[in-house]
Amino acid sequence: MTAVEPARPMVAKRRMTRKQRRLVLIGAAGGVLCLAAGLVLFALRDTIVFFYGPTEIAEKGVAPGTRMRLGGLVEEGSVARGPGQRVAFTITDSRTAMKVTYEGLLPDLFREGQGVVTEGVFQGGNQFRADTVLAKHDENYMPREVADTLKKQGHWQPGEAGASAPQAKPAPQASP
Amino acid sequence: MIVEIGHFALALALGVAVVQSLVPLWGVARHDRALASVGSAAAITCFLLVSVSFTALVISYVRSDFSVENVVANSHSAQPLIYKLTSVWGNHEGSMLLWVLILTLFGALVALSRRSLPLRLRAGTLAVQGMVTVAFLAFTLLTSNPFRRMIPAPAEGQDLNPILQDLGLAIHPPLLYVGYVGFSITYAFAVAALIDGRIDAVWARAVRPWTLLAWVFLTLGIAMGSYWAYYELGWGGWWFWDPVENASLMPWLAGTALIHSTVVMEKRDALKVWTILLAILTFSLSLLGTFIVRSGVLTSVHSFATDPARGLFILMILVFFVGGSLALFAWRAPLLRQGGLFAPVSREGALVVNNVFIATACATVFIGTLYPLVLEMVTGDKISVGPPFFNATFIPVLVPLLLVLPLGQSLAWKRGDLLGAAQRNFAAFGLGILVALATIAMTWGGPVLAPLGIGLGVFLVAGAFFDLGERIVTRASGWSAVLSRAKGLPRSAWGTALAHAGVGLSVIGIAAVAWSTEGIGVLKPGERLTSGRYTVVLESILPRKGPNFTAEVARFQVFSGNRELAPMEAAKRIYTARAMPTTEAGIRTDGLSQAYVALGEPQGDGAIAVRLYDKPLILLIWIGAIVMSLGGALSLTDRRFRLGAPRRSAPAQSAAVQPAE
Repeated sequence: MTAVEPARPMVAKRRMTRKQRRLVLIGAAGGVLCLAAGLVLFALRDTIVFFYGPTEIAEKGVAPGTRMRLGGLVEEGSVARGPGQRVAFTITDSRTAMKVTYEGLLPDLFREGQGVVTEGVFQGGNQFRADTVLAKHDENYMPREVADTLKKQGHWQPGEAGASAPQAKPAPQASP
Repeated sequence: MIVEIGHFALALALGVAVVQSLVPLWGVARHDRALASVGSAAAITCFLLVSVSFTALVISYVRSDFSVENVVANSHSAQPLIYKLTSVWGNHEGSMLLWVLILTLFGALVALSRRSLPLRLRAGTLAVQGMVTVAFLAFTLLTSNPFRRMIPAPAEGQDLNPILQDLGLAIHPPLLYVGYVGFSITYAFAVAALIDGRIDAVWARAVRPWTLLAWVFLTLGIAMGSYWAYYELGWGGWWFWDPVENASLMPWLAGTALIHSTVVMEKRDALKVWTILLAILTFSLSLLGTFIVRSGVLTSVHSFATDPARGLFILMILVFFVGGSLALFAWRAPLLRQGGLFAPVSREGALVVNNVFIATACATVFIGTLYPLVLEMVTGDKISVGPPFFNATFIPVLVPLLLVLPLGQSLAWKRGDLLGAAQRNFAAFGLGILVALATIAMTWGGPVLAPLGIGLGVFLVAGAFFDLGERIVTRASGWSAVLSRAKGLPRSAWGTALAHAGVGLSVIGIAAVAWSTEGIGVLKPGERLTSGRYTVVLESILPRKGPNFTAEVARFQVFSGNRELAPMEAAKRIYTARAMPTTEAGIRTDGLSQAYVALGEPQGDGAIAVRLYDKPLILLIWIGAIVMSLGGALSLTDRRFRLGAPRRSAPAQSAAVQPAE
């Protein structure tokens, strides 16, 4: 490719004044910002997911088919595996229980009696179909929403989550 | 004893930092050169003291001194030495000490740099850096003291969180912190300039290497963290738009805008006020990230047990430094001499476009990250803002910028020629279109947008180098002339091209994720599972014993079509001290692609659940990031080279004058 040295501005452009240049700049920046604001508002309406505890679903009258996050404790003795990759378990806040079905591999720290957060679609009644079970990095960690949910139901004893750690709060940190 | 020395040194460092933050400013106010120069000595002393303190903590970890609470909570005598070392920063207290160490290191580097900084600027910068150091030293000493003793000392420690026992994580935090904390120097420079009331090209030239250095490390740190999450968490994803990840992405975006705007300021003496604001915002976002991660206000898959008292303390630091600097900015910025304006179509105009788009993209990430917090405070509703939000906002803002990136790179300073720039990029653009078309043809019926993404990536890579090539080749004749022209180009021109090509490589890798496939199966030895181009055959499941864990190791043969690749192993480990399971993914690299296996639950009858991913071109995501930081590093050598001997190199410089850098 031979670069054609383009002739100096063929049409002698009218030099913009300072004011005009500033206007172009501010206009362009404002345009981009407006576009982004529009995108953000649009996305905030459509893409966010609410978090509920089992009792809240009934209280707030969540419509079946709603996509949401459900959190609570995995009820002791409720995990049933199979066939194949299917898992069924119950999430409870000690007042209300939701039956959850999930297909896929569970995170390492998924255990009965532990806090869990799942994301999926509310099926109505006490049925929930999860497509994501969130992993946590620390065995003592209680998701904050789950802790709040349990507190609300009056079943939270501070220190319960960290009971296995005798020392003051080991706080492993993955990132700053 | 060593522990006490470390503790004492840390307390002493706080005292020295107080001196560093006050005396130089006082000296400047009284026009006393001697007092104004105290900052340098104080900064170096402070760094030495914190190093002593850090070394003391390292020694405690290496010796497994279980009379120290922090060691008990995060180490174990059976841990391999390397993880005993990395345990030092694998926890809140120790990582704060590392944070402060890097903070004082940057202070000391500024104090030691031979660069001829005006005394007032140097004094102000060191003082501001001293203030940040005081805040974080106080935070460490008061709320997160790593040297707290534990009596009686237990016989054994609780082990480092197993998922942190990994080489990737060993180097991820130091890299990331050098990036995060490095921006504190840019912040200090900006605030010092505001206090001084003077800002010019000298300022921009002084700040640029620091910004670039911090940016290079932050880029590497984020890439390392992303790769770690990819192989260690066993989900096969490389970016989750998690608050903690966003916390590192926001300063990176702001820092990227900053390294571009300082160029304009240095070359054209324009965009001054904006650059100052950007420098303040970049470090503010670093502080915000620290707050998000360590306070636990946002639920993140990465979050850990946290302490509200610490959150409050960091919030106070955040409010003081962000609020203080912005107030100072509002008061002093109007007094700064405005820089010149310039034509919209020019290199500097293009860099403004870059800044507008990147700042906007950063704002969308900011809103997505903090909106849940605000909504919960206002309405009490708990929500999560996930990938769909960021895909709908961040990507549409960034893609137009990437589309015009090669154009901007080939525009001239002052008055650019858009038509000429377009002509110069015509070949690269054509190549991108061709590749996109070819990809569509080859993957007919597959994802629609991904081939365009690939084309965009190719355009970026080609555009980055065609521009350089054109400057080298077409105006010279013969190989020797080409070579000498190539040598004559400033290193930062090569750095720019390399960094932009890195962006292109990452874009290709990200676009190719659209073709990744996932297969789940329950396998017994001898059975096979196929996903995408790869097939694995389970050979055996055997128990194995590590230093501080036991594992069930599954061995797989790997095939790509009929071609057999080297075998791979995936494992489920149980770390004995915490009785905590982890999944070690099996990864077989095949060119730039990877076959990725994660183990699930054993099914009881000798079978095991297996998840197999085909990840085409996935390595390009991180290779691109590494190339970006190489580009940054190359530009950095250019600055050093020139600034090392500013006067003598003047003739050489004018001989190599290039329209662009």
